[in-house]
Amino acid sequence: MCGIVGLFLKNEAWAPDLGGLLAEMLGVMSDRGPDSAGFAIYSDDAAGLSKVTLRLPEVEGDVPGLLEQLGDRAGVVVRDTHAVVLLPPEEEPAFVAWLGQAFPQIAVVGRGRRMEIYKEVGSPRSVARRFGLADMAGTHGIGHTRMATESSVTTRGAHPFSTGADQCLVHNGSLSNHNAVRRRLQYEGLSFETENDSEVAAGYLTWRMREGENLEGALRASLGDLDGFYTFVVGTETGFAVLRDPIACKPAVMAETDDYVAFGSEYRALAVLPGIDEARVFEPEPATVYAWDRGA
Amino acid sequence: MNTVDLAQTTLRELNQALHDLPVDTDESPWRVINPDGKHAIAAGLDARVKVEVEGHVGYYCAGMNKQATVVVRGNAGVGVAENMMSGRVQVEGDASQSAGASGHGGLLVIAGDASARCGISMKGVDIVVKGSVGPMSAFMAQAGNLVVLGGAGENLGDSLYEARLFVRGPVRSLGADCIEKPLEPPDRAALARVLDAAGLADDVAVEEFRLYGSARRLYHFHVDNADAY
Repeated sequence: MCGIVGLFLKNEAWAPDLGGLLAEMLGVMSDRGPDSAGFAIYSDDAAGLSKVTLRLPEVEGDVPGLLEQLGDRAGVVVRDTHAVVLLPPEEEPAFVAWLGQAFPQIAVVGRGRRMEIYKEVGSPRSVARRFGLADMAGTHGIGHTRMATESSVTTRGAHPFSTGADQCLVHNGSLSNHNAVRRRLQYEGLSFETENDSEVAAGYLTWRMREGENLEGALRASLGDLDGFYTFVVGTETGFAVLRDPIACKPAVMAETDDYVAFGSEYRALAVLPGIDEARVFEPEPATVYAWDRGA
Repeated sequence: MNTVDLAQTTLRELNQALHDLPVDTDESPWRVINPDGKHAIAAGLDARVKVEVEGHVGYYCAGMNKQATVVVRGNAGVGVAENMMSGRVQVEGDASQSAGASGHGGLLVIAGDASARCGISMKGVDIVVKGSVGPMSAFMAQAGNLVVLGGAGENLGDSLYEARLFVRGPVRSLGADCIEKPLEPPDRAALARVLDAAGLADDVAVEEFRLYGSARRLYHFHVDNADAY
């Protein structure tokens, strides 16, 4: 069992409240996933700079020389065990290569123009507090609370998973053909950080979008290629989408108003939202892609 | 009237108070406000009491209900009225998956739609859905009546036993061993009784429905029926 929440603002005037609302929703879903939690937040683009979110191996300051060395090369914002590095997009590949050489113990958990990802072991409320989610602004965000059943409670196993710029995915369920799909994707040039099935789903969508599909098309294609139980909630730089498997094995409820689209594994997570009493509350149909996009 | 605010009172306190009522209580109705999707609201009741919930409820609302009337003025989460024995449960919005699962008796009325697996393994309960039901509804249903004013999703009545499925609208597909059957007089009588109990006798006519039931090829393994599995 896991919990998922997502919030996509249609009314950008709400942007300063996004983190606070997402933190509330995430906290309510603690019962579904008390082991670890994570979230992705899509905030302002940093004046055209790329954002690279790093997970530091220990708490801030325990990697001697890291912050100084990073500071020489780029802007750095440290939040608890994570750091967001800001640098010109053209310098990003060299930076990531340098980081892998100089500090192999540091993981890149996400990169893009707008997306930042934070995930950690602990209760969802404490994870949200440590990273200061409630004070973050943005246009959309996705969160996950994990109850580990098949593998150990580690930060590496926490969601969201990101396999492409500004792309992230959270998953409730389990895939049965992820090894075969992972091999196929590796053949296509993708690389994976974990043995996790959800990371394969993220990679699959990244691959489809790289080949020219939009988010909606990539998800529709996944219905034929990914086997197992899933409710996916996916974010891109400007988009937000939901897909459930053909027998709707895992719970999902959504709410839509003129101001937002919200997703929760249970209605309880949506009950904290302003205007929920007037929202259109519905259960997404199985094998049906629901997608919203502010871009283009 | 007793009003219980679930923003102030714990769910456990509410349910304990309802469980403590004598069967023939005159403390009725109860009004529950701020349910906010909490689970197991008014589950396990066994008294002639009416409980009105103002808002959306979470999982297993009115589960195992006996004798009580539970009204939800909102949507219901997974398993509303699951395993109900008697009484009446009424949802004014939509219901999530497995509404009325394994119910033995009583009446469940859903004013909106019910999603997947409505009436799964039902064992005698009557379920009326004014909207439509989702895929795999009445899976392995054993007894009772499922009445749907709208349509039904894929695989209706898969591996069905002796429940009757009355559907007024289109059925996307029938599950294994489920077939359409003629409406015989006992079926008409059963449907008329359920529509009347749900207060719909004047709104819809028995003739508007089609009946689906078991072809009875899967009760015992017979090699000639292997294709039906």
